Amino acid sequence: MPIAERKSDGFTKDLVVYVCLLALAGLQFVIAYQHIDASQMFLRMLVVAVVEAGLAVMFFMHLWAEKRGFVLFVLIFTIFVLLGMQFGWTDSFRMVTGAPFSK
Amino acid sequence: MSQADLTMEGPSSGVTLGPAFSIPTKKLAMWLFIIADTMTFAACLVAYGFVRNGGSDWPRPFHSITNVALMTFILLTSSLTMLLGLRSARAGDKAGAFRWTMITAVAGILFALLHVREWLGLIHQGMTLFKNPWGTGLFGASFFSITGLHLTHVTVGVIALIVVGVRYKGGRYNADDIEVLGLYWHFVDLVWMFVVPLVYLLNLAH
Repeated sequence: MPIAERKSDGFTKDLVVYVCLLALAGLQFVIAYQHIDASQMFLRMLVVAVVEAGLAVMFFMHLWAEKRGFVLFVLIFTIFVLLGMQFGWTDSFRMVTGAPFSK
Repeated sequence: MSQADLTMEGPSSGVTLGPAFSIPTKKLAMWLFIIADTMTFAACLVAYGFVRNGGSDWPRPFHSITNVALMTFILLTSSLTMLLGLRSARAGDKAGAFRWTMITAVAGILFALLHVREWLGLIHQGMTLFKNPWGTGLFGASFFSITGLHLTHVTVGVIALIVVGVRYKGGRYNADDIEVLGLYWHFVDLVWMFVVPLVYLLNLAH
């Protein structure tokens, strides 16, 4: 395939990803105006944000083009630490419900 | 073969010690920085979620999404222009790469100006780090901390874009440097995708 054609293909892919990201960002704004429970709203927005981040990391940051070992290193390490940070939520909900030991 | 043997014999031994994951050192360093910075932002956002969830009178001061929507559009578009800069650099189009890099920097400056305008608006309404007229004072602290950390990243990114762009044009940097900088810029964009829903959209006044 000629270089110019490949360059054009690459740009088309970037453009498609860009439009997808814009659409997903727009979707977050739409969700913000839905009359739903705050926890549902949070969950939906978070899912959309994770999809957006996945697209950006894979295609804008070209992680998909790196060696498989590196992709696994980045994903496993990042996801492990991010999940590890979630341990505090139980305490946050304890503060909301007010028991036990919250006073 | 021991480590000493490898060191003594060098390349002639037939053993090649390449960079980790076969990734150029600068790029690997940027990825490691991004992973570390992800943890910083994640910690801030989790802490924010903790106090928001636990707080009883959390304010919802945002009445309009126009400004934040415009900021999001500008930042996403700047990611595309950054990619165009990298493509031009890879194709050997120096002028094009410089132009797109500078356009990205201008987009970053626009974003920062809109951000500062928004901050000034909130400060004018009486919001500070420790108090605000709507509810718990923790809102101001978390809002300014998270958006301030992001704004700092954008500002540093703009400076880096200008420096790398000029040095690339002068022949001191190459396309790899543009790529490494691009990774940082896309990361700044990526973080914004989480800041917008958590800090802005969940605090919209209905």
